[in-house]
Amino acid sequence: MIKFEGVHKWFKKLHVLNGIDLHVKQGEVVVVCGPSGSGKSTLIRTINQLEPIEEGSLIVDGMDLRSKKTDINRLRAEVGFVFQQFNLYPHLSVIDNITLAPIKIRKTSKKEAQEQAMELLERVGLAVKRDAYPTQLSGGQQQRVAIARALAMKPRIMLFDEPTSALDPEMIGEVLAVMQDLASTGMTMVCVTHEMGFAREVSDRVVFMDHGVILEEAQPEEFFRNPQHDRAKQFLKQLLSPMH
Amino acid sequence: MLKYTFDWSIVTSGKYFEWLVSGLKVTLELSAVGIVCAFILGLLIAVLKMSHYRPVRWIATAYLEFFRNTPLLVQIFFWYFGSYKVLPAAVNEWLNSTNFEFAAAAIALTIYTSAFIAEDIRSGILSIPKEQMEAARSAGFSYLRSMQYIILPQAVRITIPPLVNQFLNLAKNSSLAMSIGVMELTYQARQVESYTFKGFEAFTAATVVYLGLSVVITALMDLYNKKVLNPHRA
Repeated sequence: MIKFEGVHKWFKKLHVLNGIDLHVKQGEVVVVCGPSGSGKSTLIRTINQLEPIEEGSLIVDGMDLRSKKTDINRLRAEVGFVFQQFNLYPHLSVIDNITLAPIKIRKTSKKEAQEQAMELLERVGLAVKRDAYPTQLSGGQQQRVAIARALAMKPRIMLFDEPTSALDPEMIGEVLAVMQDLASTGMTMVCVTHEMGFAREVSDRVVFMDHGVILEEAQPEEFFRNPQHDRAKQFLKQLLSPMH
Repeated sequence: MLKYTFDWSIVTSGKYFEWLVSGLKVTLELSAVGIVCAFILGLLIAVLKMSHYRPVRWIATAYLEFFRNTPLLVQIFFWYFGSYKVLPAAVNEWLNSTNFEFAAAAIALTIYTSAFIAEDIRSGILSIPKEQMEAARSAGFSYLRSMQYIILPQAVRITIPPLVNQFLNLAKNSSLAMSIGVMELTYQARQVESYTFKGFEAFTAATVVYLGLSVVITALMDLYNKKVLNPHRA
């Protein structure tokens, strides 16, 4: 579904992705973790070409991201992206946030798009907020709307870039629950997150990155019980007991 | 001792009153056409100025600098006295059959004001966080569609106060159209003065009407901003 082969990327002189090889199969839930500045956000952003890559090959849903023939807008319509800062459209109500892309890009009728949006809002537990505006919602609610907005395009892949990092602790659970529910439907998901509980319970595989390199790739049980790399051991130790 | 006797009746009734009313009608038409066209053109230029293609940006920049930095009166004269010299005869014939004075004034006002509006809208666009564009592109919208559905609607809201200024300027600048014989409000006030020597009354009347027009434009924009653009904000 997603295949990185020898992918490199630079920001000016900074080598942010240094030879990434990664294969995500259909229906797989992959968690990417690592210290800040490790390149994990950049990695996930290359998948829908918010960041273009400079070397290597990247195939997403059968489309070659380095080919000039690939219609990037078509690819992006198939790939849902959830941001750390939600990025809802502040001038549109919740329902309009969700229906805009299906109506304008998928050419779904307004009535049908609204019905689908209501189903999605039910699913994320926010049906009562259909006419609210983003500024009237809490962070957790905004993020759940953002997930519903991404799902409204019926994507084949969902990408989450630190979806709970901007949230107050008591709101993290509600967003993770939605993600867990989504994973149980067989959605292909790549999540950059520090939520190790989510990684352990929901993911099929954990990828650990540092300095633009994938240092470790393992089943969650294996990764948490017996991390191989020193950097991974250190990272886990700090994450589990940040006071030391 | 003041020798002048005021006669306000000339501007509140009768023939001269009708002149002023017909002048106001032309001023309203000119302002309305100018505001709508200048806004659309300004929006277009603002987007072009932000294009990824350098030649397109250059054209937009040249347009902006050229029309912002030359006097409006010269531009009005150019369209009225200059442009038709280089147009084909058939076009000229058609132009003469229409109200060419009005058209020349409308074109000059539109283009002149659009340059200022474009700059205001552009700074509005730049104030929208770049993540909004990323969210739109991630959903599969092209650059232009992202602008259309997500960036511009937000930018225009921010741009309302400076836009009101530009609209007011346009309405007031429309008085320059009298210089090429457009029979708008200032032209008619001048006529009333010529016929009656009641310059004080005539131009007081014109002043009051322009003031009223500005107040109405400001109120309408305010209402639009509150009721249509930001219904959810207090």
